[in-house]
Amino acid sequence: MTDHPSHTHRQLGLVIDLDTCVGCQACVVSCKAWNSQSQPSPLSDQDPYGADPSGSFLNRVHGFEVAPEAGPAQLVHFPKSCLHCAEAPCVIVCPTGASYKRVEDGIVLVNEADCIGCGLCAWACPYGAREMDMAEGVMKKCTLCVDRIYNERLPEADREPACVRSCPAGARHFGDLSDPESAVSLLVEARGGMDLMPEQGTRPANKYLPPRPRDAWQGEVDVLAPWLEPVAEEPKGLLGWIDRTLARL
Amino acid sequence: MAQTERQRDTPDTQVQISDEIRKTTCYMCACRCGIDVHLKNGTPVYIEGSRDHPVNRGVLCAKGAAGLKQVTSPARLRAPLRRTGPRGSGAFEEISWEEALETAVSWLAPLRESAPEKLAFFTGRDQSQSLTGWWAQQFGTPNYAAHGGFCSVNMAAAGIYTLGGSFWEFGTPDWEHAELLLLFGVAEDHDSNPLKRGLARLKARGARVVSINPVRSGYSAIADDWLGITPGSDGLLVLSLVHELLRAGRIDLDFLARFTNAPVLIDCDPKSPDYGLFLRDEAGAPLVIDARNGRPAPWDGEGVEPKLTGHLRRAGISHRTVMEMIAAQYMDRAYAPEAVAGRVGLPPERIRWLAAEIARAAFDRTPELNRPWTDFRGREHRTMPGRPVAVHAMRGVSAHSNGFQTCRAIHLLQALLGAIDTPGSFRFKPPYPKPPEAHCRPHARAVPGQPLPGPPLGYPLGPEDLAVDENGAPLRIDKAFSWEAPLAVHGMMHMVIANSAAGDPYPIDTLFLYMSNMAWNSAMNTAGTMEMLTAQDEEGGYLIPRIIYSDAYASEMVAYADLILPDTTYLERHDCISLLDRPISEPDAAADAIRWPVVAPDRDVRPFQSVLLDLGARLGLPGMSENGQPVYRDYADYLTNHERRPGIGPLAGFRMGPHGLQDGRGTPNEAQLDSYIGAGGTHAIPVPPEAAYYKPWNRAYQDWAVDSGLLDAPAPALVQLWSEPLRRFQRAAEGQGSPQPPEHLRARLAAVMTPLPVWYPPLAEMPGAAQDFPLHALTQRPMAMYHSWGSQNAWLRQLQGASPLYVSGDRWRALGLSEGDWVRVTSAHGEITVPAARMEAQNPDVVWTWNAIGKRKGAWGLSPAAPEATEGFLLNHLIPELLPPRGDGQRWSNSDPITGQAAWFDLRVRLEKCAPPSEAQPVFPPLRSPVPRPA
Repeated sequence: MTDHPSHTHRQLGLVIDLDTCVGCQACVVSCKAWNSQSQPSPLSDQDPYGADPSGSFLNRVHGFEVAPEAGPAQLVHFPKSCLHCAEAPCVIVCPTGASYKRVEDGIVLVNEADCIGCGLCAWACPYGAREMDMAEGVMKKCTLCVDRIYNERLPEADREPACVRSCPAGARHFGDLSDPESAVSLLVEARGGMDLMPEQGTRPANKYLPPRPRDAWQGEVDVLAPWLEPVAEEPKGLLGWIDRTLARL
Repeated sequence: MAQTERQRDTPDTQVQISDEIRKTTCYMCACRCGIDVHLKNGTPVYIEGSRDHPVNRGVLCAKGAAGLKQVTSPARLRAPLRRTGPRGSGAFEEISWEEALETAVSWLAPLRESAPEKLAFFTGRDQSQSLTGWWAQQFGTPNYAAHGGFCSVNMAAAGIYTLGGSFWEFGTPDWEHAELLLLFGVAEDHDSNPLKRGLARLKARGARVVSINPVRSGYSAIADDWLGITPGSDGLLVLSLVHELLRAGRIDLDFLARFTNAPVLIDCDPKSPDYGLFLRDEAGAPLVIDARNGRPAPWDGEGVEPKLTGHLRRAGISHRTVMEMIAAQYMDRAYAPEAVAGRVGLPPERIRWLAAEIARAAFDRTPELNRPWTDFRGREHRTMPGRPVAVHAMRGVSAHSNGFQTCRAIHLLQALLGAIDTPGSFRFKPPYPKPPEAHCRPHARAVPGQPLPGPPLGYPLGPEDLAVDENGAPLRIDKAFSWEAPLAVHGMMHMVIANSAAGDPYPIDTLFLYMSNMAWNSAMNTAGTMEMLTAQDEEGGYLIPRIIYSDAYASEMVAYADLILPDTTYLERHDCISLLDRPISEPDAAADAIRWPVVAPDRDVRPFQSVLLDLGARLGLPGMSENGQPVYRDYADYLTNHERRPGIGPLAGFRMGPHGLQDGRGTPNEAQLDSYIGAGGTHAIPVPPEAAYYKPWNRAYQDWAVDSGLLDAPAPALVQLWSEPLRRFQRAAEGQGSPQPPEHLRARLAAVMTPLPVWYPPLAEMPGAAQDFPLHALTQRPMAMYHSWGSQNAWLRQLQGASPLYVSGDRWRALGLSEGDWVRVTSAHGEITVPAARMEAQNPDVVWTWNAIGKRKGAWGLSPAAPEATEGFLLNHLIPELLPPRGDGQRWSNSDPITGQAAWFDLRVRLEKCAPPSEAQPVFPPLRSPVPRPA
């Protein structure tokens, strides 16, 4: 059993824009690729060319349909990784203290040396954001690329999580959510960013920007009617209108 | 445990995953992003997007990041192979390269000396067509094409004939200024990362995206408005929008008069031999009426002010402007929203709403760039006024047999709005615009021992340019450029195997394929195609006597070849993304790029392009062999030293000029590839700001394009709303001129080769189709596999290893389906049994699936129990390459009758619920794997 820190100096996290996420999986694979190199042990794959391939991914994109009361059904792509909660249930339940939340930046990490692979944390996480690595027998999770964001071997522009760097749709943003003036906080403010499952009381750091309203059309054309006001109903009438219009120019 | 204690476990935040970064170009799809390949002790360990690359600016898609697994794939071929068992069995023996190359030469050399057309050379998703096309030309066979005929030739051809450029990756929405983007049939596209970046930019500015697509997947999922149109009816919707915009006068008269052929005069006398053709002056220039004096004048005359309306009588024949033809045709009530709504599958109010949205976006707030410029008539413009309606259209339009004219209709809509290469609209990327007249014509007359006088592929301008003999019979094995598909500018790869097996129009000897899975997901009538590849004559010889295939992986096609020339992966070879071919330009720069071997192959494989040059040298082909010696050491040597025209080579950057290095034109530079490598693998030639818009009509652009070697002379051209090449074919169908089409094709040609865009129902929709086969069946590829060669990738297949058939909620309930159910899907051609899933966000009369996930057992180095092989399936089994017999004695190709584009999306089916079989049906016997499978 591990305590949360009473206070973190910063709270780094991701802001994910559901309005522009097209479900391309770029973040999923760039995460897999980086963390297959940089984690204490690589993310493994089981039976990668066989009947039931499965491996560890720290970030996955789910797609689901939403059927609004009016208008057509919508398809939402929903990327999900560890949300780096302020009240992280995964940390509380860890029997060895392998799971912990950092004071300096609020990142939730697993110390693999202490992880016994009991799986309690995965059971406790309401988001399903932890994955047991079957080769190593230890729990894997998003580190917010802690080995990139402070990494002085990387060019400064690259000191951001791999998923953020790769996202072609600009749907992923990284920053300090405890700073109300940070770019990510301002984005959350402007776009009505939301917690995932707030009723769980986990106070996640990551925020989701909801899709902008879609399919506003409800069968009316009145507002736009002036744009289609006829100038002619027959070819001759149109040609006459063209001549009159050009004569005025 | 106390939190403070844990602080000691600080992770290593200073990891160094690599000791070297090599910058090259991705080839996981056709997007051609720049990649930083991280190497550790010479082994690739991580791939990320290059930040300074013009295509992706640092981002990278799932495929790109998964490239590492492509380079270590167990499916990689290891050495040249010679078939030892029956064709299709997969039984091979490894042979040396010398033996492989000499075998190929022993087959090809006699053909070249006797009948070069007996070699059919077709390539797949390859991007070295300026080399492969030249090789075919030097060999002397007209039977060459890449896979454009079954990809999206409708978009390319309609674009070139209408605008001198096309959607595809050759143009782009103006992301910076567009207020409204219309997507027609685009869930994903070649230019995948630029499209995603662009959509995000649009949304960040509050611009709107409207997607017209039967299924709300891909980009439709993030569209502000989605119109779930009935497949194959896009053209009718667009012409209804045209009808509404004309009625409302929401058209750009100035643009139409200056930059389109709307003011050009047409012969309107049905008795005249030139009926429907342009009135021309003695020099051959089409004429307009000059508003300054009311007199006829050449379209491009200095200072001419073309008049949109008016009549001209000359030699007793009356002429009217194209604008009058447009008004007469599209003001007809047949195009009113009420008249088309049923067929289009949208309420009339919704069509009218879209027309009004377009009108508002186009004419409410228009951007105007403060850039003075001069047009081709010498008129000076103080600014560049914009029209912020951008359009992008692709496969959903292209893959129907009415796709060419539908794409033409979209271009008509753009032109009426003034939304072509104006700020906020569709923008050309150099080397486009380039009108059909500036391209070459097809060359098809093979002469033993001789090269063709020009490239096999080109743009016909009339019946005299067809590839037919004196009797009108096709000269090409795929019948491209015949009366069956006059504008088949990318060839018709989907007909090659069927025609070769049938010996129609003539038998061939050797089929030479590169990187094209014609025994599986790239073929229509897949089962039939496998039979054709193995069919034998009475004496036991194969109907297609010899098949040579080059691929990097153990694809299904490998099993059907006699000789395998194993290719390298994309990190192991040189490549050129050339301005002569399919470059990586952006609207503000002409850009090309290279690939180079960032790692050495660990197998006995060779880059296909080098092998092709080697074969060319051994065959003594002109340009590849000189005095019995190879001209080029390998492809890298060719990239550096080949000159297609004096001063113009595969790469435009770092050429030698009189005063040192220069762009565009120049003599070869031995250090050119090193310069590219030093520059991150790419090079750009910026377009001057005053040349960046209005390119087809902008003197500064035309001059820049000549200076840069993209054009040999300025080629300003009007938007061809009335297409004279189409009218020339239609006129032939009406009995005028020579050559004449065969009788059985006259009526069809007259109906479809209309000079103004027209909509007709997809050809597969025969009477009764709707009762027997009420559903439309479509495919698309998931973004993580789009245009990717080999979804056996270890990471990508974990994301999607199988795909169900998606059924609309309405149909799902009507059939009483529930989760886990399977369905039998029947078309006029065949039947498959597959898992089903429900989806609400789609047109109710459509079923669809993620394509090309299904694999044949034994292929791609996968376990025979892989879900790709047990649950995965292909809709291809339902799609014939020939339409069912109609009792007229003819078999009609399942293709667009104008371009020959494979009509994948015309497919109609019916569904029945059925008991789940043990695996998806049909099942084919496992192939013997040519590579060892992983344990």
